[in-house]
Formats: sequence, C-alpha cells, structure tokens
Amino acid sequence: MGEILLSITQLNKSFGTAGGQVQALRNVELQVQEGEFITVIGPSGCGKSTLLRIVAGLDTGYTGRVTLEGAEIGGPGIDKGFIFQEHRLFPWLTVEKNIASDLPLGKPEIRRKVDELIELVKLNGFEQAYPRELSGGMAQRVAIARALLRSPKILLLDEPFGALDAFTRAHMQTVLLDIWRRNRTTMIFVTHDIDEAVFLGNRVVILEPRPGQIRRIIPVDLPYPRKKTTNSFQELRLKVLNAFEKVDELELTDGAGI
Amino acid sequence: MTQRAAAVSTAGRPGKAAIAGLGLLLPGSILILWQVLGHYGMISGMLFPTPYTIAESFVTLSSSGDLWSNLRISAVRALSGFLLGGGLGLLLGILVGLFRKSEKLLDPSLQMIRMIPSLAVVPLFILWFGIGEESKVLLIAKGAFFPVYINTFMGIRGTDNKLFEVSKVLGFSRIKQIIRLVLPAAVPNIMLGVRLSLGLSWLGLVVAELIASTSGIGYMMSDARQFADTPVVFVGIIVFAAAGLLSDTIVRLIERRLLRWQDSYQG
Repeated sequence: MGEILLSITQLNKSFGTAGGQVQALRNVELQVQEGEFITVIGPSGCGKSTLLRIVAGLDTGYTGRVTLEGAEIGGPGIDKGFIFQEHRLFPWLTVEKNIASDLPLGKPEIRRKVDELIELVKLNGFEQAYPRELSGGMAQRVAIARALLRSPKILLLDEPFGALDAFTRAHMQTVLLDIWRRNRTTMIFVTHDIDEAVFLGNRVVILEPRPGQIRRIIPVDLPYPRKKTTNSFQELRLKVLNAFEKVDELELTDGAGI
Repeated sequence: MTQRAAAVSTAGRPGKAAIAGLGLLLPGSILILWQVLGHYGMISGMLFPTPYTIAESFVTLSSSGDLWSNLRISAVRALSGFLLGGGLGLLLGILVGLFRKSEKLLDPSLQMIRMIPSLAVVPLFILWFGIGEESKVLLIAKGAFFPVYINTFMGIRGTDNKLFEVSKVLGFSRIKQIIRLVLPAAVPNIMLGVRLSLGLSWLGLVVAELIASTSGIGYMMSDARQFADTPVVFVGIIVFAAAGLLSDTIVRLIERRLLRWQDSYQG
C-alpha cells in the first residue's frame, strides 16, 4: 500500500437526454492507493455506476483526468477487471471455459491458473456446469474468477451482489474479502447497501445525486474480519447513515424528488 | 404391489411409449379407414389405391433396385444443392451480419433475388445450364440459400450487447469476438435456418425433377403419372416424406447437441 494507483481529478460527465443536458458527475476527485478496498455508496441516479464505467473505459466523453498508474484510461482492457450486477457469463460455455473465455484452456499455465481460481472461489465439482445450472451466487463467483484470471491491476464491481438474497450476499462478501486479502487486488465496489459498504471498505465514498458528486469520504479503520454486531461497526454505520440523511434533506428542499 | 405400481405409472404420468403412440394415432386410423374403404370398393382404386397396393408396389420397386438408384440420385441432388446454397448463405450471412458496409452493398440485391419465385427462373436455368445436373442443383441452392442467410444475419445482429461489453472488458481481439461471441450467439438462429433450408431443398428437388429429368424420385413419379400408375406416385410421396423427416431428425439431433447449454421451455 502507499503508491497511488488510480487518480481521478476534476472529473465531469454529462449526458444528453431528451430534456437537455444532465450532469451525471461533477468535480469528482479521488485518489486510490494500491491494495485499497474502496466502497462507493449513494442513492440510485447518483452516478456511481457511471463513475465506475468511466474508470473501466466503457464510458467516454468526460472532462477531467482519470489515470491508472499515471496513464490516461484509453478504453476497456484486462488491466481493469469489471464485475457487472448480472453475472454476464457466456451461456454456451461451461464454468471453466467461461473463466478462460478467449484464453486457451489447453495451455498448462492457463489450466493451472483456472484450477487455482476455481479452488479460490470454491466451485470445485462445477467445472463442467453450464451457467443455467448455477445459482446466482455461484454464477457471480465464476464472473469474479474470470476477471481475476487476467490479473487486473484494479477490480471494479458494480453492485455485484445486488440481486442476491441476504444469506448468499453475506457469504459472497466474505469470499470477496478472502480473495482481496490473498491477492491484494485493488477494489472499487459500488453498492447501495450501507452495511456492505462499511463491512468491506477501507474507505467509504458517499456520493450525492443530481449532479453526482462526492459528499464525504469516511475512512473505516476497523480490523478485518469485521463483525457487523460490534459497537464500533454500528458507530461507523451511523456515521455513513447521517451523511446520507443530509443528502435526503437536500433532495427534499431541492424539490427534485426521486 | 406390482399391480398397484403399474396402475400408478399408467394413471399418473403417461409413459414415453404412450406419448410416441399419440403421434401415430391419427395417421394410423386414417390408414385403417382407407384400407377398409378401398377394400369394399367405396373409393376409386385408380385415384386412391389401398395402402396394401402401395406397399406391394413399394416392394416391387425396391427389390428391382429402381427405387434405390433413383433415391440415391435425388439425395445427391438435394444434398449438393443444400450444401451449396446453405454454405453460401452462411458465409454471406456472416459477412453481412458483421459489417454494415457489406450489408449496404449486398443485402438489397439479395433481397431482390429472394423475391423472384424459383419457378420463374426455371426456364432461364434450363437455357443457361441445360437440363443436366447443374440447373437442378442451382435451383435447389437458390431455395436453400435464403433461410440460412437471413437467420444467420438475424442471429448475429441479435447478439446481446451486454455480452459485447464483457468481451471488451476481457480484452477480446476482434477475431475472438467473432469466434467466441458472435458466432456461438448466432447458433440457435443458424440451426433454425439450416432446418428450413433442408426442407426447402427437398421441395426444390421435386420442382426440378418434375420439370425436366430422366432420373430421380421426381422423375419416377412423373413417369408413373403418364402411365396412370398411381401406387408408384404414392410411393414417391412417401419416400420424399420419409427422406425429409430423416434429414430433419438428423439436423435436430445436431441442434440439440450444439444447444444443450440453452435453458428454454421444453413443453
């Protein structure tokens, strides 16, 4: 930890809609160190997904600077892993072939890495299964393994556990933390769940909507593994919640509504 | 105990044999009715020879070898027309599906050709290529081309954009995007096109062989018609139906194997 990996300065992004220009992000500033676990939280429409897609190189047409290891983001690529809310596996490929995707499974080193990853995401015995045979949590673990095989410098996760039930979600959070502790892959995790944000992140970035901008960044210095029932956890949770309530007030006085 | 188990199995869910029997019920009863009506002279034996007479004629034709040599000739025609037309359809469908420029260049002309009825080009084909094999194979190929072409095109354009994003994030090369994403995604449509094409190939074959030919099942039928040998005409119809069904079954088996990843309603 220590080196700045991702640097976002003066980031602005607007969308053209039927009703005119809508500012999605305004003056976003964020420095992410190598090995950090950043969680980004905000109500829907605050631009958190847009922010993530810009870092991934999927969205363009912004102003400001976004650099990864000092180089401007050129476009999507394997140095920036991306996990979508849906698993987005290739339905015609088995689990192991999905993880390999365009890489040849016949190569011994690819084979070895894929086997290791299957071990890491605990999918032993499902190597030959098709996505339709997997549960939501399992499919999302395959997607994570697929991204990790490319050894990304940063892993971007866009509400990856949003569609899962509470138990699976809690389990997946542990799995992800496990992976992070072993690989030290830098993570940016977008969510709308406060518990999840505090449970996972070194820092919680709170975005407010219309236009999307950073309201606060709250450092979470609780040691891992964290327990959601401890007092210190609840205090931090309240801190995040308070920051949110101000966002809500703002929205009400603004009259913008949802 | 065993009796009860048997009762439960028959009363609860129909077995596989029962479901297969369901498909035979209608044609089976029609055949029996036909045979009975023909036997008692209630329908014309000239227009509707009884199933028994047709079966006799089948045995005569097959034991003399006429049937099989004609069938071989017909099958080779249908298959080569299908391979030529379907293959070209697949190739051009991929080309037009992948690139907007080739779509603009080729698609309007191809759609124009599609609208020309096959029968309308028969005189031209005979003038150009004679009444030999070329004109027949080309006529079949023209029919077989379009279902594969259109369905390949549609399958490629129907590729999920979300999966395209994944391929970008995973750093697929352009070629890998085509081989690993676009083509597999289009396989369900392509297989549908192949099935339709194969059916049209048999139809085209009949047209080609009835018009001008000295061999093949279609020729055998038109020859029999001239001598009012109705049972042979029926044999030809049955052979065409059986050959069509057989080829469709083979394609369906291939389809099921290729699409076993699909999660769809099984009926």
